[in-house]
Amino acid sequence: MNQHFLNHLDHLESEAVHIFREVAGEFERPVILFSGGKDSVVMLHLALKAFAPAPLPFALLHVDTGHNFPEVLDYRDETVGRIGARLHVAKVQDYIDDGRLRERPDGTRNPLQTVPLLDAIEQGRFDAVFGGGRRDEEKARAKERVFSLRDAFGAWDPRRQRPELWDLYNGRHSPGEHVRVFPLSNWTELDVWRYIERERIALPSLYYAHERDVFQRDGMWLTAGDWGGPRDSEPVEARVVRYRTVGDMSCTGAVESEAADVGGVILEVAASRITERGATRADDRLSEAAMEDRKKQGYF
Amino acid sequence: MTHDLLRLATAGSVDDGKSTLVGRLLYDTKSVLADQLDAVARVSEARGQAAPDLALLTDGLRAEREQGITIDVAYRYFSTANRSYVLADTPGHVQYTRNMVTGASTAELALILVDARHGVVEQTRRHLAVTGLLGVRHVAVAVNKMDLVGWDRGRYDAIVAEVRAVAARFDIDEVVAVPLSALLGDNVVDRSANTAWYDGPTLLEHLESVPVGTDPATQPLRFPVQVVLRPQSDPHRDYRGYAGRLAAGTVSVGDEVTVLPSGRTTTVVGIDLGQADGTVTTLENAFSPQSVTLRLADDIDVSRGDLIASTERPGHVTRSVSGMVCVVSERPIRPRDRVLLRAGTRTVRALVEEILDQLDIETVEYSRATSQLDLNDIGRVRIRLADDLPIDDYHELRRTGAFLLIDEADGATLAAGMADAPERYAGASI
Repeated sequence: MNQHFLNHLDHLESEAVHIFREVAGEFERPVILFSGGKDSVVMLHLALKAFAPAPLPFALLHVDTGHNFPEVLDYRDETVGRIGARLHVAKVQDYIDDGRLRERPDGTRNPLQTVPLLDAIEQGRFDAVFGGGRRDEEKARAKERVFSLRDAFGAWDPRRQRPELWDLYNGRHSPGEHVRVFPLSNWTELDVWRYIERERIALPSLYYAHERDVFQRDGMWLTAGDWGGPRDSEPVEARVVRYRTVGDMSCTGAVESEAADVGGVILEVAASRITERGATRADDRLSEAAMEDRKKQGYF
Repeated sequence: MTHDLLRLATAGSVDDGKSTLVGRLLYDTKSVLADQLDAVARVSEARGQAAPDLALLTDGLRAEREQGITIDVAYRYFSTANRSYVLADTPGHVQYTRNMVTGASTAELALILVDARHGVVEQTRRHLAVTGLLGVRHVAVAVNKMDLVGWDRGRYDAIVAEVRAVAARFDIDEVVAVPLSALLGDNVVDRSANTAWYDGPTLLEHLESVPVGTDPATQPLRFPVQVVLRPQSDPHRDYRGYAGRLAAGTVSVGDEVTVLPSGRTTTVVGIDLGQADGTVTTLENAFSPQSVTLRLADDIDVSRGDLIASTERPGHVTRSVSGMVCVVSERPIRPRDRVLLRAGTRTVRALVEEILDQLDIETVEYSRATSQLDLNDIGRVRIRLADDLPIDDYHELRRTGAFLLIDEADGATLAAGMADAPERYAGASI
């Protein structure tokens, strides 16, 4: 048996740590997108490891849709306080209030995040923006580089991507451009959960099965709340559910589940016949290329 | 057995059925989930196709779906009970040779498709050439569409013999071929009843048994320094660590190491792994490809771009490099071009002195010098450097023999490079 053997999770961890350090070495003002969702929590955990015992050399940025889950916002603030990070918050609500953005008829605010995100990047003069996106999430994401160059409008052009060779990540960019960096590119949903188990990472409670007031819309269980649901025709029921992803409350669905701890979730995810996004994201159902179209406009 | 990781890259001509094979691998390893399959069935039906088109699982971009071809590298993930796979699905079109180079650069195994009806074609030769140039250690050849040649053993044997002959020209010694039908699933994951004459592994059985990684114990230490960690706060007031990832070899506390390009020698006094709570775990030794932080005995000047190397086998420091390049940008490479050369964590200003030869992609022969190398061209160049650069023979040490040529003005990656063995070029060595 080769004693110099790195298992799969060690491999992914080593690669992600390498990516964080490359950005620290090559960029002036990087920022980590942090929502309190599991991918960004794992990303932050890896970033802290990459620089310990030195402090995290990056600030955090959150785009708050105004329809975020309260328990996730609490988790976000608790985490930021514990590690002593700086947090920038860009609020979709501010843009709606002053007329720069208009509420969509379907009530979902996920696509509205793009404008506040790009403004925050410009105002913060951030030249590298870390995201927790994984290539296994969606077929347009499967084409994304680890270092993804965006123009001054934040746009992604899949035909003009910079080839990514070996682990020589090229972060050079012109003024006004920025680079999106995805340290979890090669992770799958199951890898993320196995790593959460191994590293004993705490998550917001809604990732685990709990009783919650929900109602059904387009085949998804949505949480009742101030954001606009339910309508009169949508009866609210108490059900035992958990969330596989946490995004905007208006378009992120819960799944019925008995998985009340990380071990249970791993068993459930391993056995699931439905992808994370297919099960729980309404905005990806809009069209065959919904994610690609949003990314071209500057979405993550 | 601990779960390990194999990185592979696919290559094949247009219509060889590459997307179908990748779709089949995902499908038969149960890596495709019901909603993805539903989406494929829906689109296939809308297009009037009789059966779900598995190629739709991988062709994700609008333009790819419209044209029915793969435009850009896509990364796919699947796993079995004992191994996880990262698959770089690269397009077969001539104009996307650079994407094949991209996919192959991180791969340990190249999966090359051959259409059993057409046999070895120009693209097959090109794919084998790129595979050999990039030093991919294992090659698996999927002889696809065997159903369309009546599962003819003679046809298969002839193709395999030709593939081996071409592979030998590019120093590829290990070729494993499998007769299969991606469309029907024969010999991909499940053994086929149509090939009683074939006693080799199915494609997946082969992927499962290929040895992963190189043994770091046989390689000299290569540790490109990424960042210097200096917390300057209690309890780490005097901490000074060099953070990086071992590109090759092993390192132990007490090892004497040489810092390049300065050539100064010192001793490793600590190997640390950072923890999320801000503490560190200390290790006695580390090996590639671990990411760690090294502490050194002497307070010598070490910064990003330096290479901490084995004192016994430190490699070469030079101001002149020659090597094969593949042009990955629409801007050509010409003599007297001023560019940046990036190797490891070091970036130096560079001047393209000469294009020594060019690989003719049709005949796979090397021709004499040309005036420029265009997009997707492959050729050997000589480059002069403005500063000292530690570099290795790519075919001996892949991670520290690889380099990029970068446009100084806009930062575009112009070419992927693989350095020759140092005796091929003149340069000071330590």
